[in-house]
This record gives sequence, structure tokens and C-alpha cells, in this order.
Amino acid sequence: MIDSYRQAIIDVSYFVSAILFIYGLKRLSTPAGARSGNQIAGLAMTIALIATFISRDIHWSAVNILTIFVGLAGGAAFGTYLARTVKMTAMPQMVALFNGMGGATAALVSVSEFTRFAHLFGSVGNSESLSVVVGTTIGAISFSGSMIAVGKLQELISGRPIRFPLIQPLNLLLLVGIIALWVGAIVFNTGAWSVWLLFALALVLGVTVVLPIGGADMPVVIAVLNSMTGLAAAAAGFVLHNQILIVAGALVGASGSLLTVLMSKAMNRSLANVMFGAFGSVVASSGAAGAGEAKPIRETTADDAAVAMAYAQEVIIVPGYGLAVAQAQHQVRELGEELEKRGVTVKYAIHPVAGRMPGHMNVLLAEANVPYDDLYEMEQINDEFERADVALVVGANDVVNPAARSDTASPIYGMPILNVDKAQTVIVLKRSMRPGFAGIENELFHEPNTVMLFGDAKDSLTKLTAAVKES
Amino acid sequence: MNEGVLLGAYVFVLAILLGLEVIGRVPSTLHTPLMSGTNAIHGIVLLGGIIVAGSADTPLLHVLGFLAVFLGAGNVFGGFVVTDRMLEMFKKKPVEKR
Repeated sequence: MIDSYRQAIIDVSYFVSAILFIYGLKRLSTPAGARSGNQIAGLAMTIALIATFISRDIHWSAVNILTIFVGLAGGAAFGTYLARTVKMTAMPQMVALFNGMGGATAALVSVSEFTRFAHLFGSVGNSESLSVVVGTTIGAISFSGSMIAVGKLQELISGRPIRFPLIQPLNLLLLVGIIALWVGAIVFNTGAWSVWLLFALALVLGVTVVLPIGGADMPVVIAVLNSMTGLAAAAAGFVLHNQILIVAGALVGASGSLLTVLMSKAMNRSLANVMFGAFGSVVASSGAAGAGEAKPIRETTADDAAVAMAYAQEVIIVPGYGLAVAQAQHQVRELGEELEKRGVTVKYAIHPVAGRMPGHMNVLLAEANVPYDDLYEMEQINDEFERADVALVVGANDVVNPAARSDTASPIYGMPILNVDKAQTVIVLKRSMRPGFAGIENELFHEPNTVMLFGDAKDSLTKLTAAVKES
Repeated sequence: MNEGVLLGAYVFVLAILLGLEVIGRVPSTLHTPLMSGTNAIHGIVLLGGIIVAGSADTPLLHVLGFLAVFLGAGNVFGGFVVTDRMLEMFKKKPVEKR
């Protein structure tokens, strides 16, 4: 009797939680409701979490109490600390890290349940086995893949595509091994060892699939892995016969896939091209060709550049990842304000993948209090460059590279770019002539209407602001 | 096929369709927060970790359960906090604008 009451409370809580997750996700995708949407999803999580504690499946032995609460407190403290202290520029790594942790959890849950069932009953039912192998495989790939993504974005591992010979045959072999283990576990009841081996192979596959992908494509990779972790969570839900895991996991799996498609579109790459594409191999050839010809560039001083902007009608600022690295969001806002005081129209052109994730630059500029109305998306502003007197490029590179429009051999050919080269004068703030994240030469820097102002973005912007005040 | 699995399959498919429908036309400005927010939501697998840790009866399962709870909790708490931090900045409108 008590048991059926307990189960009823859990069922009702999960039901309410599922509705709140859906409503929260809905709000999360609208600008006005996003923050409350996230909080509603958090509430849904809290309800589901509390309900789980009264589950019959939990035996409150001393060890279990210890592992649950120490794990919960430790994980919560760790996650919250990182989330509070991380710099906004490191956001992509942060999301990838949390995603990997979720993937690992899903895989561990699946493996553990299989081990427990096998221990209890000697064999595991077919449908449970299917859920277990799916959850283990996807979760483990998501975990190791996310860790490689973190390494690349944090630049612990080279952002360049890392290729080694025989990688394709190796991946194929791993895939065949994984499928064989699936069949073994589901059809032939091969037992716990096969699921552990599956776990190991899937971990390796996550590494070998993500390593050859260039750093510039990491946002798409994270979006894919995010969606995969959702599906792994749903698979864990099937293993545990837990509806809320299935609902929430499937929601993330689906919305994550859609987000992936939207991001790939923003970069004008098909998903297959990102994951298995020739990005890496093409970079090598065109990079070598570009390095041979030393074309002239025109350097300028802060004073000259300031005069050009101060007497302009319209200045379009193009912020890129370099701005984020230099933490120069505030300086760029000061420069913008100073120009506006003089009657110059200032607009910000945001490329969909400026920064390292779609929307990343909006977050950074919002942090610096740049007025929301001054931010323009690529489609809104691209025709306006022709009328602009000055385009000020701050630490952006690949997203303004005209090769994407004209050079069919370029690895970024076809990616939509901001047409800064159409502006009367292009002022590029850049640390050095080092190529961008994608590792490609940029023709823009050699155009006759382009001038370069070398130095740290923060420094250069401060000097420009001072010079604008004086002119 | 047992009834629980079949029911789960219905729920799964419907939730997939709903997930595709719900975020429909999301502006690119919100891509990063939305990814981060959905990232927090899949932390729901923490519940699975708690059940594993709570039903563990061998040393191996205790260790696996602990790891699952720790990693899952990191995903959930970190995910929601970082998303909130991002979205808080969007809200903050400058006062002195024009």
C-alpha cells in the first residue's frame, strides 16, 4: 500500500516535471523568455530529483547514503564553481566539459545496470540489453569526444586538424567491433565483459573521430555531442524504465539535432562535411601555396585610423574572437560611444559564428553593455558595407575572408562572410599576421583599401578612443 | 515486447517530435544559451546515477554509482548556473542609450 503511494507520488512528480521541461525549453528559445525558461527547466529538474529520493529502488544503506550525498555535493560544488568563475570567452569549453560529464554519467548508468542485472539474474533481457549497449556507446563517445573538444578549444591540444595515417580504417575497425559487441550482447548474451569492452572501444572512437576535426568546427561538434548525450540519457531511461529520463533526453536529442543543423547552415557546411570532411587535408595544400607569395600590406597608426573614423558618416565594427581573447569588449564599447558623441553612426556586424559558437559574440558584447539595438546580424548588414566609410575589424579573420566568396580551392569556400571589403576603408586591428583559427591566409589584409593596426586589441582600442577624443 | 518498453518507445518518439517543434525558429543570438540550456537538461541522467548508487551492492557498483552521481551533478548544477549567467547579461539593458 505504502509502496503504491510512493510510486504514485513519483509518477505525478515526473509528469509535472516533464511538462515544465517542455515549457522551459519553449521559453528558452525566445529572447524575452530565455532566462525564465532556464529557471523553469531548473525547477523541473529539482522536482524530478526530489521525487527520485523516495524511489523503492534506493536502499538507504550507510555506503549508499555516503556515495549519493558526497557525490551530489561534490559534483554540485565542482560544477557551480566552474560555472561561476569561467570567463565568458571560455564558454564553448565549459559547455563541452559539462556535456562530457553528462555523457559519462549516461554510459556509467548503462554499464552499471547491466553489471547488476547480469549479477542478479545471470542473463539480461533483449530489450534491456539493447538499451544498455545504445546508452553505453553513445554516452562514451560523447564523453571522450567532448574531452577532446575541450582540449582543442582550451588549446591544450592543437586546434589544427590532427590526422594520422590509417585513421579511416581504424575508425571502421572500431565501428565493426562495436557492432559485433552489440550483436553479442543482445542476441548471444555475451555478458558483462562485452559491455565493458564496448565502453572502451566507444571511448577510443570518440577520440579518433574528433581529433581530425579542426578547431573552427568545434561548435558544430559540441552541438552534435550535446544531442548525443540527450539520446544516451534517453537510452539510460529505457534501461531504468524511467519516463522522465526518456522525455528529457529525447527533447535534448531532438532540439540538439535541430540546433546542429542551424549551426552548420550558418557556416554553410553540411554536417557530414564537418564530421568527416576534407577540411584538414585542404588546409595543408592552400596554406602551403599562400605562404609562398609575400604580398604587401599597409600599416597605419592609431592617430591616422582615429581620424578616418572620427570624420566618417558611418562606421561598422566587426568584432571577432581576437576581441574576446583580449577581453576588449568594454574598450570597443567606449570607442563606439565616443564616435556616436561626434555624430558618427556606429553599428556592430555580428557574424553567426563570430567568437567560437553561434551567439557567443552577442553574449560578450551584452556583458560590456553594448546596446542590443546596435547589433546587426549578417543578413541585415551585409548590403550596408558599401555605404559605410569605415569597417573596423577587431580580431576577426576567417569570417571576413573574401576567399570564401571567390576562391573555390579555399577550405572555407562557400561560408557566408561579412562583406567588409566593400567598405571604403577597412581598418584591421590584429595582433600579428598569424592566420586565423582555420589556419588560412586572408586576402583582405592585402587589399588596397585595407590598413592594418598591429597590437593587442585592448591597447589599440584604448589608443583609438583617446585619439578620437583629440581629433 | 513488454508493455513498459513499448510505452517508453511511444513517449520517446513523441518527445522527439515535440523537441523538434518546440525550438522551431530560434534566433542565432540564442544559439549559445540554448545549447547550454539543453546541455543542462540532459543532466537529468543524474537521476539514473542516483538510482545506480542507491541500488549498489558490490564495491564496483558503489564506485560506478559515485562517479555517475558526481559527474551528473556537475552537469546539472554547472549547466543551469552557467546558462543563467549568460542570460542575465542579455537582460541587462543600458540606461544611457541615446
